[in-house]
Amino acid sequence: MNKTYTYSFLALALTLVLCFFVNISLGSVSIPLKAVFNSLLNSNVEQQSWQHIILNYRLPKAITAIIVGSGLGISGLLMQTLFRNPLAGPFVLGISSGASLGVALVILGSGVFGGVLASLFVSKWGIVIAASLGSFLVLLAVLMVSIRVRDTMAILIIGLMFASITAAIVSVLSYFGSAEQLQQYVFWGFGSLGNLSWSDLTIFLIIYVLGILASLCSIKSLNTLLLGENYAKSLGLNIKKSRLIIIIATSLLAGTITAFTGPIAFIGLAIPHLTRQIFNTSNHKILLPAVFLLGGIVMLVCDSIAQLPNSDYTLPINAITALIGAPVVIWLLVRKRGMVF
Amino acid sequence: MKEQNPHIILKTEDLSIGYASKKAKTVVASQVNVELKKGELIGLIGANGIGKSTLLRTLTHVQKPLSGTVFINEKSILDYNPLDLAKVLSLVLTEKIASKNLSVFELIALGRQPYTNWVGNLSEQDKNIVNQAILQTNIEDLQHKKCFELSDGQLQKVMIARALAQDTDLIILDEPTSHLDMYHKAYILKLLQRLAKETGKTILFSSHEIDLAIQLCDTLIVMNAGTVVSDQPCKLIEQGVFETLFPKDLIAFDKNTGSFRVKK
Repeated sequence: MNKTYTYSFLALALTLVLCFFVNISLGSVSIPLKAVFNSLLNSNVEQQSWQHIILNYRLPKAITAIIVGSGLGISGLLMQTLFRNPLAGPFVLGISSGASLGVALVILGSGVFGGVLASLFVSKWGIVIAASLGSFLVLLAVLMVSIRVRDTMAILIIGLMFASITAAIVSVLSYFGSAEQLQQYVFWGFGSLGNLSWSDLTIFLIIYVLGILASLCSIKSLNTLLLGENYAKSLGLNIKKSRLIIIIATSLLAGTITAFTGPIAFIGLAIPHLTRQIFNTSNHKILLPAVFLLGGIVMLVCDSIAQLPNSDYTLPINAITALIGAPVVIWLLVRKRGMVF
Repeated sequence: MKEQNPHIILKTEDLSIGYASKKAKTVVASQVNVELKKGELIGLIGANGIGKSTLLRTLTHVQKPLSGTVFINEKSILDYNPLDLAKVLSLVLTEKIASKNLSVFELIALGRQPYTNWVGNLSEQDKNIVNQAILQTNIEDLQHKKCFELSDGQLQKVMIARALAQDTDLIILDEPTSHLDMYHKAYILKLLQRLAKETGKTILFSSHEIDLAIQLCDTLIVMNAGTVVSDQPCKLIEQGVFETLFPKDLIAFDKNTGSFRVKK
């Protein structure tokens, strides 16, 4: 790693820490900066409620933001290299649509089960489990196809087809759902970072770390895949095994993130491209940690904006990421000669 | 560098190549017996569709032979695991690399992948070998450029350097001169000839540049409808092998100049 990269990494790491504290100090309740630090350091705070808000609401939310941004960014990076396609993101394999299907079945189909069973299903954990199961099942289908199909492009298209099928089922379900159920489903689709307790976060974090470990193990094979599959094979790479590990890493990261926070748009697609513009390299040893830092930063910024500080409103996070992500992608395309990877 | 006892790097025994499905077996060529010696430049020539690619795919273990065996360093190619094979055989393919955003140095360094650790870090020795490959192919001035900035001829040199960095006894190139102008065709083949002599590697390439191959190669493998012969170019000329290579209505082989002429 040469010097210029070291400086960029230092700058990004500092920005991440800064954004983290800014994110924590902003919210619907105005809390003085001193009280924010005192709460974090667990020393005396003027109002007990302030410390409660910081420790049990804002801190887990900020950590969630970093996990979501970095996780989606990394899974986007893995997909773009694996599919040799700059448009690939964590959701092209049908992860998000699978999760949507699971949630739609639970929320919109709850009328069918009725009574006590329905209320059990529609609880937060019911939705998390349904989303995980949905994305896992769709991915399992894609994986089974990918073992039989050699061509990565075919897998990409099959992922898109699965997405269309699940989207169609969701529309049919919403046609028959009640207004109340529809509203609940739409709210899940807005995405939310703020609903996680510390115990939720622990489970979230464990699966996230597993996904990150699988990505780290793929660094070498990802770099080899930059040459194309036939060259990679001639360098002794086991293509099928590497592809499997990369897909598992993506599904762990993107699958759980979607399950816990809802589908969050554009981060997975935009962050890897933004990172390549800053670091101007294709080496995953540099890109992976850089995407981690930048993903965390962008998500913290998006979340700070979505809060509308000092007001009682919170905008849907999904809208903010798209509002920021889409122009970034357009700007990159206009400024430089297209999306490289 | 003269070898006292030319060591045989690649050898085929009664190789039969082609495609087998459940219903039918398509034999492209059978009874292929060739020997590639250390430090030789070998050209593989033949008309379009005669099966050059099929032979190369079989020799590089991309597809299975119908029968017979390919030996590399006296060991059957079937007994190599993929990583060990990558240490004795490197390839230059016709397909484009997936990411053109790689720098030339990074691309060549990827040739060291079979030797590097789990995260792909380059040791001092790896770096030396990469730099040596850059020197041997005369691309010092290109090494910090990105691949999308290169011309076809430059990119081909870089791909050859990458194969050199893989540090294998045998390098196989699939049509390394296609898409190049006349000068660069000669340049690339001349480079291959020099590399074979200097490094003692065995270099096998397929090509349609029969005139150049006759002038530069130590051995030629000529594929002709179902039969495969290999010998020194001058002996093949004497045997009249080239006259039968193409239909005789349009071009004719001139034994004295060793090249094809259009019939007037």
